Amino acid sequence: MEAGALQFFIACVTAAGFGIAIAAFGCGIGQGIGLKSAVEGIARNPESSGKVTVTMLIGLAMIESLCIYALVISLILIYAHPQAGAIAGLLGAH
Amino acid sequence: MEHPFLFLVKLFELVGLGDFAHAYPQVIYSWLVMLFLILMGAAAAKSVSMVPTKMQNFFELIVSGIEEFMVDITGEEGRWLFPIVATIFIYILVCNLIGLIPGFFPPTASLNTTASCALVVVVFTHVIGIKYHGVKYIKHFLGPVWWMIPIILPIEIIGHVARILSLSFRLFGNMMGHELVLAILFGLAGAFFAPLPIMALGIFVALVQAFVFFLLSVMYFTGAMEHAH
Repeated sequence: MEAGALQFFIACVTAAGFGIAIAAFGCGIGQGIGLKSAVEGIARNPESSGKVTVTMLIGLAMIESLCIYALVISLILIYAHPQAGAIAGLLGAH
Repeated sequence: MEHPFLFLVKLFELVGLGDFAHAYPQVIYSWLVMLFLILMGAAAAKSVSMVPTKMQNFFELIVSGIEEFMVDITGEEGRWLFPIVATIFIYILVCNLIGLIPGFFPPTASLNTTASCALVVVVFTHVIGIKYHGVKYIKHFLGPVWWMIPIILPIEIIGHVARILSLSFRLFGNMMGHELVLAILFGLAGAFFAPLPIMALGIFVALVQAFVFFLLSVMYFTGAMEHAH
């Protein structure tokens, strides 16, 4: 591959790596805070553990979906970049 | 990214429809799921009696569990929504779980299946809104005061379009990510049974994602049925 196109794809893959890392960081903190409140609620009132657990799981799935959006973008950047052919051709022609 | 080895695709290759099967494995596996669910439904409805047998008991447990949970959220007037949301839940659940069998491809790991389910849900939300409120359904999008309409209306419309995106991408991302991790681990350390813990996580993820899709659909339908704020 021509040097310009190779640099572009290196940049894409680097961005994908950092993107998903930052998303996982934020998702971890968010889910941790949600989990903390759920466990405190159960500790306060053990009889409500069934409802609290269900609500907590739903909340965790919602927060996780934000990280999944970032994962999908990273996967597109690495494997299925829509402009891949055009950019490789553009930079290879020069 | 070509998918490794799929039984039904090989079967179709023997029949001669190999090109179609390789390009659209999600269509073929969704046919398989449909066939399975139709047969299960036929077996469940065959002999319905007042004192339930074991099979009937099992199905009654599932159906009444989903129905009671749904009516908890929507109230009594939402009981007629049960067939569509239960179908979505059971279809997506079986589609997700089929991916855990080696050699099978989960139809929900393709954006086509998930986007179609999300489109059905969001269009039906608007159908419910128009059916319950008529032209006044537009009040749901207008906000509390009349002079904020230029701000609130675009935000509400974008929010509704974002529902389609979020529903489809959440399910697609979870299933596709799971498939990718399995493929990579299998390539890296397949001989040491490395994919096994990921498959255990996969059962959990399949259940949770089907449940979240179902719950969100029910909440959107409830939001369309109730009065505007």
